[in-house]
Amino acid sequence: MNTNEKKEILQPVSMPVEGVAGFTSAWRSQWPKLDSEKCNGCLLCWIFCPETLISREDRSIDLRYCKGCAVCARECPVNAIEMIREGEE
Amino acid sequence: MSEKMKENILESSVNPMVGLPHAEISKHKEHDGTEVAALSSKLAEMPEYEMVHKGTGACAGCPSPMGLRIVGKVLGPNSVVVMTPSCTVASTGMMPKSCFKIPVLNCAFASAAATATGITGAYDALIEKGAISGPKPTVFTWIGDGGTYDIGFQGLSAAAERNDDFIFFCYNNEAYGNTGMQRSGATPRHAITTTTPGGKTENKKNLPILMLEHQCAYVATASVSYPQDLFRKVAKAKDIKGFRYIEVHSPCGPGWKIPWSETIDMGKRAVKTGAWALWEAENGNLTINAPTLQIAQGKVKPASLEEYIELQGRFNLVTRSPDKDKIIADMKDGIEKDLKRLLMRL
Ligand SMILES: Cc1ncc(C[n+]2csc(CCOP(=O)(O)OP(=O)(O)O)c2C)c(N)n1
Ligand code: SF4
Ligand code: SF4
Ligand code: SF4
Ligand SMILES: [Mg+2]
Repeated sequence: MNTNEKKEILQPVSMPVEGVAGFTSAWRSQWPKLDSEKCNGCLLCWIFCPETLISREDRSIDLRYCKGCAVCARECPVNAIEMIREGEE
Repeated sequence: MSEKMKENILESSVNPMVGLPHAEISKHKEHDGTEVAALSSKLAEMPEYEMVHKGTGACAGCPSPMGLRIVGKVLGPNSVVVMTPSCTVASTGMMPKSCFKIPVLNCAFASAAATATGITGAYDALIEKGAISGPKPTVFTWIGDGGTYDIGFQGLSAAAERNDDFIFFCYNNEAYGNTGMQRSGATPRHAITTTTPGGKTENKKNLPILMLEHQCAYVATASVSYPQDLFRKVAKAKDIKGFRYIEVHSPCGPGWKIPWSETIDMGKRAVKTGAWALWEAENGNLTINAPTLQIAQGKVKPASLEEYIELQGRFNLVTRSPDKDKIIADMKDGIEKDLKRLLMRL
């Protein structure tokens, strides 16, 4: 949509940004580890991650915001994602 | 791995979609003649656009951003959403930050539908006056079951009856989540909530059927666990003018007392047990979607309701009851009756 006239935005108004709740990785007690060898590219983890952290291209995971919910690991049909205790490799 | 094998795994792993139509969303024209590219519901071909920024304030495993991501992929950036107090609003972030890339209007609880009516009407007027150009933004709501089944119902019903041009989405986590899980009209019987500590004694109301009886342009039930089905339904709704209602079943860790990882699994179980029915209707003409139709017609055995109940902590009083078998048999009976009634509407 194009507005033909430019109008000043009235405050108070919030603007979209990443990480509104900070680095939510601090919430988790486990992190998802991807085994690219096992991955068949079905993209279920990509579509189900509530935080949009998994790349559709290579399934790399943005761990800065990962809350460790493990939905990705649970839904992966070939167990290519393993949940690891926080602080362990 | 051979290409064929990959394909097979792909098909079976997208199991929730088996029997549900794929990518059949054709090219269409906007009201001003702009051609919109065909949408594909295949995961690899879905639009790139993400409506929700990374790092929301929602609980781990929350169904709300999952559903909104799919909705956003269809509706795109040229859209406006109305919300009422809910988990989604609480997880948006603190002023001046928002995790949503489109304008969000957070209005008073009872007034979601009326607010959306106002916005869509204002756009119509601005377009008519030539004050704005280009395709009309899609106006939609993203409202919890509390704001839909209970507090917002009269406004919703009125907007449906007037055939106002917007999509009303209800994400149904079956309780008032944001305030700590109080019972709503969508909470199923026997579920423990903070206001039903002994288990809810009443049945949930069948709001989707009530909306169906409004005979509005489009009514559909969906689930976060069936993203491609949801995508297809939103795409269908986008092309229809008038009032559209889509309810997205949204299992939720803290509410259902299930581990965060189980959001999607529990949504699939809800459909496979028949506890949640998937269907859609254009102008009141009903189509029951494959998984539900097969169960309703007795072609597929429903998944275990016992397991579905036992896995959810909110049903602990059933699981531990000496009358457990009888209660579950009654629940099964209720589901069968609901499905029979649904079949009779075909
Ligand atoms: C008129 C009014 N009553 C009560 C509240 C308190 N309140 C805020 S969010 C909420 C729960 C909303 O439940 P639902 O619509 O199901 O959304 P959910 O939180 O489950 O996502 C309530 C009761 C309010 N903000 N306004
Ligand atoms: S654990 Fe949850 S938040 Fe983290 S990447 Fe997997 S699905 Fe996303
Ligand atoms: S769900 Fe598993 S197999 Fe599918 S893309 Fe993700 S990691 Fe790969
Ligand atoms: S209570 Fe449920 S719906 Fe609310 S933010 Fe948490 S997971 Fe999401
Ligand atoms: Mg709710």
